[in-house]
Formats: sequence, C-alpha cells, structure tokens
Amino acid sequence: MNLTLKIWRQAGPDAKGELVTYQVQDISPDMSFLEMLDVLNERLNDEGREPIAFDSDCREGICGMCGLMISGEAHGPEKATTCQLHMRTFTDGDVITVEPWRADPFPVVRDLVVDRGAFDRIIQAGGFISVNTGAAPEAHSSLVPMEHAMRAFQAAECIGCGACVAACPNASAMLFLGAKVTHLGELPQGQPERWGRVVAMLNQHDLEGFGGCQNLGECSYACPKGIPQDVISTLNHDLRKAMAKGR
Amino acid sequence: MTDLIDGLYSLGDPIQDTKAPAGPIDKKWTQRKFEAKLVNPTNRRKLTVIIVGTGLAGASAGATLGEAGYRVKSFCFQDSPRRAHSIAAQGGINAAKNYKEDGDSTYRLFYDTVKGGDYRARETNVYRLAEVSASIIDQCVAQGVPFAREYGGLLDNRSFGGVQVSRTFYARGQTGQQLLIGAYQALERQIAAGTVEMFSRHEMLELVVVDGKARGIIARDLVTGEIQTHYADAVVLASGGYGNVFYLSTNAMGSNVTATWRAHRKGAYFGNPCYTQIHPTCIPVAGEHQSKLTLMSESLRNDGRIWVPKKVEDCEKNPNDIPEEDRDYYLERIYPAFGNLVPRDIASRQAKNVCDEGRGVGPVVGDKRRGVYLDFSEAFGRIGKEAVAAKYDNLFEMYKRITGDDPYEVPMRIYPAVHYTMGGLWVDYDLQSTIPGLFVTGEANFSDHGANRLGASALMQGLADGYFVLPNTIRDYLAAGPFPDIDESTPEVRQARQQVADRVHHFLTVQGTRSVDSYHKELGHIMWEHCGMERTAEGLRTGIDKIRELRADFWRNVRVLGENEQLNQSLEKAGRVADFLELGELICIDALHRRESCGGHFRAESQTEDGEALRHDDEYAYVAAWEFTGTGAEGQIGAPVLHKEDLVYEFIELKQRSYK
Repeated sequence: MNLTLKIWRQAGPDAKGELVTYQVQDISPDMSFLEMLDVLNERLNDEGREPIAFDSDCREGICGMCGLMISGEAHGPEKATTCQLHMRTFTDGDVITVEPWRADPFPVVRDLVVDRGAFDRIIQAGGFISVNTGAAPEAHSSLVPMEHAMRAFQAAECIGCGACVAACPNASAMLFLGAKVTHLGELPQGQPERWGRVVAMLNQHDLEGFGGCQNLGECSYACPKGIPQDVISTLNHDLRKAMAKGR
Repeated sequence: MTDLIDGLYSLGDPIQDTKAPAGPIDKKWTQRKFEAKLVNPTNRRKLTVIIVGTGLAGASAGATLGEAGYRVKSFCFQDSPRRAHSIAAQGGINAAKNYKEDGDSTYRLFYDTVKGGDYRARETNVYRLAEVSASIIDQCVAQGVPFAREYGGLLDNRSFGGVQVSRTFYARGQTGQQLLIGAYQALERQIAAGTVEMFSRHEMLELVVVDGKARGIIARDLVTGEIQTHYADAVVLASGGYGNVFYLSTNAMGSNVTATWRAHRKGAYFGNPCYTQIHPTCIPVAGEHQSKLTLMSESLRNDGRIWVPKKVEDCEKNPNDIPEEDRDYYLERIYPAFGNLVPRDIASRQAKNVCDEGRGVGPVVGDKRRGVYLDFSEAFGRIGKEAVAAKYDNLFEMYKRITGDDPYEVPMRIYPAVHYTMGGLWVDYDLQSTIPGLFVTGEANFSDHGANRLGASALMQGLADGYFVLPNTIRDYLAAGPFPDIDESTPEVRQARQQVADRVHHFLTVQGTRSVDSYHKELGHIMWEHCGMERTAEGLRTGIDKIRELRADFWRNVRVLGENEQLNQSLEKAGRVADFLELGELICIDALHRRESCGGHFRAESQTEDGEALRHDDEYAYVAAWEFTGTGAEGQIGAPVLHKEDLVYEFIELKQRSYK
C-alpha cells in the first residue's frame, strides 16, 4: 500500500519543530508500524537526508520504549504498543500523522523522542518496597489470597510507556501512579510503607508538572496493557487514608 | 589437504586456575565468602564501582552494592534502566525450592544445568548458581514481584524444557518484566538514597585500563554527544548477550556487544563465542523488511504439541483439515521420555530437519517452507479453552497481532530463531575477567550454561550474579582500594578518549554510500547461513572470508549522516555494527576450531547415526578462551590466541546426553 505520512521533525530540545510530509510506497501489511518507519529511514539515508529519530527497543510490546501519537491516538488505533501495531490496520492511501508524546513533563529530545525521566523520579520517591538484598524472609512465609495476587499482577503490568500521560488532556500521570500504588498496596509486603508511599509519589508527580485527574478515562483507554481506571480510585482511597493518618 | 583452520589462530598457555576454593562442591561457596576480604562500611563509600547495563544482572548488582554503601555509577543506553532487555523474558525463573516435593534439590538443579549445557559448563560455578537460586525467589517476593500463586496463596510452579521436575516460578508470560521491575525499583531506591548515580542514554564505548587494572570507562552521552570519562575502582559489565550479530534475533534492537567487545580488545578473554542458542519457538520470518523476531515462550510446549504433516503434499493444506493419522508429532516420536519438552537445541535442530525434508509449513522463505505447527487443540479438549487462556492468553494475543492468525482457531506456526548467547567474556569463580578489576555478570559472561542454556535459567543466573555472587566476590578485590587517582592526563585515559573520538569522527566523515543497517543485515545473513543451526568447516571458512570483506567495505563505505553533538541513532548503530563485524569473525573461528557438536553448536561432521550431536570429550572438554591480538587499529583484528581451560568433572559423570 501507499501512504502519506506527516511526521514531526524537531532538531533538538530547543529547536522549532514542524510536520514534514513524506510518501511511502509498497508497504506490506505484515510490517509493523516501526518497520515501516525503518523503510522510510533507509530511503532518507540513501537520499542524504537525516533519518527520523524515534525510540524503540524490544519491539515485542514489553519494554515500553516506543510510543508515538498516531493520527492523534497514543500508540495508534490498536490496543497495543506502537511496535505491535501492524500495517494491516491501515488502508491504501491513508494519511497518517505521527507525533511525539505531547506533555510538558515529557520534553522532546529530538523528532519523535521524548524524555520520560519524570517517571523514574516518581518511582524514586517511593515506588518500591524497602528490602535490602539478603534480608528477605522465606518466600512462603506470607500468603497472598488470589484476588489480591491477581489485582497486584494486573497493576504491575504497567510498562511505563507514558501513553496515559500523552492521551490525557491534563497530561496527568495518575494511571501510572495508581498502577504502582495498587501493585505494591495489594501485597502484604507493601503494607509497612503504604501510606507514606502514596503521598511521596503524588508529591513528586505534581512537582514534575503532571496535571490533575478529571476521570475522563482517556488514560485507561490508551493503555496498551489495559491498566484499569480503578487503580486511580485505589490511589485516591489510599491518599485519603494516608491524610487521615496525618501523612 | 591443508586444514581450513590453519593460520586463523594460535595456541597460548592453558588457564590453570579458576580460583574456586578446594573442598566438597557444596562447601566451596561458603568457603569463598568466608575467605573473600571484607571492606569496612565506612571505607565502602570511598570506593566507586561502575556498572554497565541495567538488566537483571546489572540492576540487581547496582542495588545491592548501593545498599552495602559503595558508590555506584550505573549506565544504560535506554531512556530508563527499566527498559533493559531482561524485561522481555517470558517463561520463568528456576529455583531449587522443591515446593512440589517432586524430587528437586540443589544437586538436581546443578545436575540438570550441567547436562542441559551438554557438559561444557564449569561445575563449580553451576553448583553455586543452583545453591543461591532459592534465595532469589525469597528476595523477589519480598520486593513485591507478583509471581503466579495457587488458591491457597502459595507460589505456583511449572515445568520447563530439559527437566522432569516443576521448579519454574513465573508471572504469567511476563516473568522477566516483573523481576526486572523489582530490581529496577530496588535500584531507584538507591538512586534516591544517593548511593547510585544513574546515567541513562549513555553508552560505554571504551574501557580504561591503567597499570593493568580496569579503572573506568569512556561513555558517550547519547543526547548531547559529549564524550565523558568515568573513573572507578572496579568496573562491572552486565551488558547482555550478542545475539544481534545475526541481525534477526529475539534480542532488542539496541542489544549489542560493544561493552564486552571493547573490553576484549583491551585484554579480556572471550569464552566460547560460538555457543549461541537458537530458540525453537519463535514466530517465523515473514519478509525482508523484518527488523526482529519474536519469541513465543517455551512454556507453551507444556500444553502445545509440535507437529508437521507426514506427507509433503499436505504442507499447503489448512492444518485443521489434516487428519490425526497424517500428522507427525516428531518430538514425541523421537524422544518419548521428554516429548515436546526436550531442551531447546534439540527441538530447534529437529524443526530444521523436518523443514529441510520439505515438510515445513507456512510461506516459502528462500527455498523452503520454514515453520512447524504448535497446536493447542489437545489442551483445549483436556483442560478447556479458558484454562489455556489463563496461562497463555497474552502470548496468544501477541501471536495474533503479529501474524494476523488466531491460535484459538488454527495452530501457531513457529520456527527457531537466535535467542541467547551462552558465550561471553571469560570469568573466574569470582566473576572476574582476565583484566583485574573487570567483572562480568549475567549473559555477558560465559560461565554457567555450557553449550546450551535451559529454559528459565537466564533469569536465575542474572539475579544470582547480581544479588548474591558479585557483591560477595568483588569486595575481595575492592579491599585493596581505593586505587591511586587518575585523570585526563593519564596516558591510558587520554588514549582511550582519543580512540573514541577518532572512531566517531571517522563514521561521520567517511561519507560512503551504504547505510549501517544494510551492513548489519548482510552480516546477519552471513552468520545465519554459515554459522547458524548447522555448521561445516567449508561453510565457516567461507563465512570468515565474507565477513572480512564486508568489514573492510564497512569502514570505507558506510554512510552516517548528522553530527556527534545531537541524538544520532545512525551513529550509535555504526559503532555497534563495527564491533559485531569483528565479533562475527571470532565466532566463526571458534566454531571452526571446535570439531565436535555440543549443545547449540552443531557441526555436521560430528553426529551420531541418528543425527544427534556427537561430542568429543577427549579433545574438546575445555572452555575456549580467546585472547585478542592485533594492532588495535579499528576494523583490524589479528589471529586470536586460544587459551584452554580444561573442564574437570569431579562430581558429574560425563555422558552422551539422552532425552529418549
């Protein structure tokens, strides 16, 4: 198939960006979206034009490195990461707009590449269980009921790609935050730090410039891992409880 | 007749001592931990350790050394340490917990790993791996890793290829992700505590060796292009494997050999580079545009049955129309004891054999159909679609997304693909390379898997090395530090920086005609054709000539656009492919010199009557540790020197492997 691509090009963090139009021909429906960009980049290189910078690593939907706004949708029309989006989703003659994640806390590094360091700093604020290596008790010393294990697992599926932020009109990272608070809060091991964690992580979230949540649900809709919106309810629940405890 | 290997390498002194303490095998690790010198807690903060890579082996080591109070500098080329390719591991992690009371033990895990590795691994290291395995599960559970559980709240286990007990802990098909996030969170905790300094989007491009010791690295900031020198008292490489030398593999796009190859060029021996694992259950190649191959977890072999049509003329038919009696469940037929759960190397080779016979399925790639069926219809009948979905739904979904076929309706098609590299930098019992102060952990070293790795053992090794082994052995070395200050006026530092700057300058000014990717693809074709699932002397010799030719052309004719002082992904790739082009030759030389078949290394000249790998223990029961020679000029490598480390089997009897 033949397609028209309008791709965001921006030389560096402080440079002015613009959408540049490219035509691609003979695209196979079996290609992934990123392989289609690879083909375009090879051609640009042959023509002496600099290839388009974009992030990707595992290309099997789990590392969270890739992420593009495709015609206004985070990761495009499928419920999957950009690397798992295949060209059979599109039809011949389509015009596709490709942009980086749009959110102030994710500044553009170059072209389609953004800096998601804010997510790491939110985890640093409290997204962990404090246990030094060697200090762990026997694994079977605490039991986890199935419903807690399942919910913890579901929340732990977050890959930190940032689609939730990109999809949210307020650039809120509440789904990311809620997923971690839920994952650790559902497990017995996560209880001792539960109330301090939610407050510290939320403070860092706000400090990074992410917006507030209005329960629009765009985040959960865009999430390639299907993190449910109710992790934000858990976040709010834990936050209220933490405040009641004077945190 | 002249030997094809003549002149390609020379023989050096054997390696006599691997530094494992004497005594019974189950006391060695305790003994070593006791003998290793301690570092006073107040002195630890004066000691700097650089760790390159943030996968399981790197993040766990970084967190643990940080907790102990050392100053850690951690590097990764990705935008966050959480993205390292350990994250993509699906199936599980082995541990000798014997929660199933099915006869498992430390000794059995040790035995299975040595046997699975086709008796080409070092006993002492493997025993220790099995010994610390149980602690890994404890540590991960305490961190909040959400392993699969039973209704009673206890941890669940499943079985994996090459063994007959259930010792694999798992988190659906995302075990690597969950373990890595656990290690990542522990690392982030130390970053917040100030013990670990993180350098994301930084790539190590050279090792700094001063007075014979590893003292730092030269790294490039991938965003600004700045060439930086980082000093340390010891350097740990946890930079993963080199499967991407084949271009198409299950590795991530960025996985590369540069950190270990630059260390090899500076004197670290490279162990068993030809031992590469071709994983049997991957989605087949679809076309020339393909950038990577996707693994379908080996755990699928627990419930899926592998078959091809008995008759060549059935290969084009809809598989659902082929009656039971016309299907050849070839693994169950050839290996009745292990069936579909034979080790990876065997499952891969048999898939190749049936496709070579013309009984492959799916599209024709090259001259043959390259695919076999992995069929769940028996499991649907036995436990129901829902139960199958509970175990594998995310894998089924991934398969459908990539191929467009629904495995609930038609059997999956799979074919082997390059997945893991057992070879890596040679290390002693302490995980120290032949350069003092340079330690190597995880897939980047060669030590534990011999010629074939068993499923669910990579995660075990990465975390064993990082959480429990390295932190105990590195202190013995660090106890002699801090080492004398060095700076940019130190000749070795200046030279290393210059080397990096020259290389970058060369790539940006050569202004050739071919893209980096086109060279990488061509190298991959050469490696797959001449050094893939079946290797011959003639094929390898041809491969070496082709690689040399391609490498010379690369240095003359590559085209890298843009500048250094910006994010420049072509420039990053150019450096990685340059190193793959040197490594590829060493892999072929190693494969050519080893005139036996073992594990993932199958030499057509060395097979039993029924086509199984035939080892020659009298000649080849050794680790091949290769020393780099040459002037150090880029793109030029001399004939390497082979140092043999004899593998002494004190505890396990050497046998021809049988899974029948």
